[in-house]
Amino acid sequence: MYVAVKGGERAIDNAHAWLAEERRGDPAVPELTIAQIRGQMTLAVNRVMAEGSLYDPDLAALAIKQARGDLIEAIFLIRAYRTTLPRLAGSNPVDTGAMTVDRRISATFKDLPGGQVLGSTFDYTHRLLDFALMAEGSEVPSGASAPATPGPMPHVTSFLNRDGLIETAPPSDTTPPDLTREPLELPADRSLRLQAITRGDEGFILSMAYSTQRGYGRTHAFVGELRIGTVAVEVDIPELGFAVEIGEVELTECETVNQFKGSRTEPPQFTRGYGLVFGQSERKSIAMSLVDRSLRWKELGEDFTGAPAQDEEFVLYHCDNIQATGFLEHIKLPHYVDFQAELELVRRLRAEAQAMQEAAE
Amino acid sequence: MTDASPIARKDWMAVLAKAAPARLAALMPDLPPHTTLRNPETGAVMVRGRVSATGAPFNLGEMTVTRCSVRLEDGAVGHAWVQGRDKAHARRAAIVDALMQTGAAAAMRAHIIAPLAGEAAAARSQRAERAAATKVDFFTMVRGEDQ
Repeated sequence: MYVAVKGGERAIDNAHAWLAEERRGDPAVPELTIAQIRGQMTLAVNRVMAEGSLYDPDLAALAIKQARGDLIEAIFLIRAYRTTLPRLAGSNPVDTGAMTVDRRISATFKDLPGGQVLGSTFDYTHRLLDFALMAEGSEVPSGASAPATPGPMPHVTSFLNRDGLIETAPPSDTTPPDLTREPLELPADRSLRLQAITRGDEGFILSMAYSTQRGYGRTHAFVGELRIGTVAVEVDIPELGFAVEIGEVELTECETVNQFKGSRTEPPQFTRGYGLVFGQSERKSIAMSLVDRSLRWKELGEDFTGAPAQDEEFVLYHCDNIQATGFLEHIKLPHYVDFQAELELVRRLRAEAQAMQEAAE
Repeated sequence: MTDASPIARKDWMAVLAKAAPARLAALMPDLPPHTTLRNPETGAVMVRGRVSATGAPFNLGEMTVTRCSVRLEDGAVGHAWVQGRDKAHARRAAIVDALMQTGAAAAMRAHIIAPLAGEAAAARSQRAERAAATKVDFFTMVRGEDQ
């Protein structure tokens, strides 16, 4: 018998009021400001923008504050907000070759035009806790300066392209598929896969990439180039009839150079994996380029070894942490009626089994 | 109408779009009389990249953008598309865009566009100098057989 029940409203209101109190924490400690989160928890803000798929540092900082630092909850808030925004336009593709670079390194070429620029990196730190940071009000640290030589910083892959040693990526101006407008359907082309991966969960994409390094769909990746910096975003303005730069975004781009034996149709040459992520998101962009390359097995005539990172359906249908957490966490919500049915069924089966046993005896 | 070639207009619109809203407001505290052709509206622009930097476009993610259109009393029409959600920023940028097409262009350029562009360039070069200080100078170690 189905019985509808109501109730819990007072409990829910009180739970949310307590949540607000817990979020604020000890009132004797100053409240966090959005500017503090934006300015001092920058990499968390970047992750929320990348996986929330909306570039707006103030909103990402607000989401982190509201979510008490739970980044997936913050990403959920951003995803919910973005659905309320009208889509005004699609930008022209950003030119990462013209990026204003804060960091640019190559693991394949030591001497390259523009040089190896480390930027503000955790690399080569000793990963020892810095207890000096526990003392507040210490002096403001400042980095060194050196004369900058403005000049082009060509992509590393463009040198290899010249010798035909690496596959090319010929430009096109097709309108890419958009999984925020049309349901994600398989098989997906590379554009759609990159959209899904760049907003995918960092931990999931990292693990998928790591699995390829450990042998599950091996792709032998080198980081040809990793660059972090800002690019201008240009949009065709319909009322003007020409394109205008409407702002700037910080991006992390990774290009991998991968081994390739060649096939009946292709000469032996290097192949490429690509990662491009909002903000300073180095781990994610490297992982993205490994997973991108791994998913290209069919196009490049490689064998499917059954590795999870080669399985488009597995990767694309499980990389979104909002879909994942929505389905996972809903099982904690009331399922009293479903469970009642299961209970009835188990009781009946047990009774039948017992009756059969007694009859046999 | 002066100084409204598309190239010049692209440049000043870009400067206005990238300006910090508070800075633009400080440079232009008072707004001239105008009618609003399109109320400031916040929405999203889908930012696109290219596969392997040069190939087919793909959708990277959205950014918040606010747009606004105004008409001045002399009939000049200004448009703005600016990053973020600041409606006052979009309105101000649209008004400056309109004024840049009138006799006030030289004054606007001197008092608003040039300072904003200069500050942006200074911030950019300061960051480039920080980055330049982290450029690696490789040197070859003295090897045993050289000694």
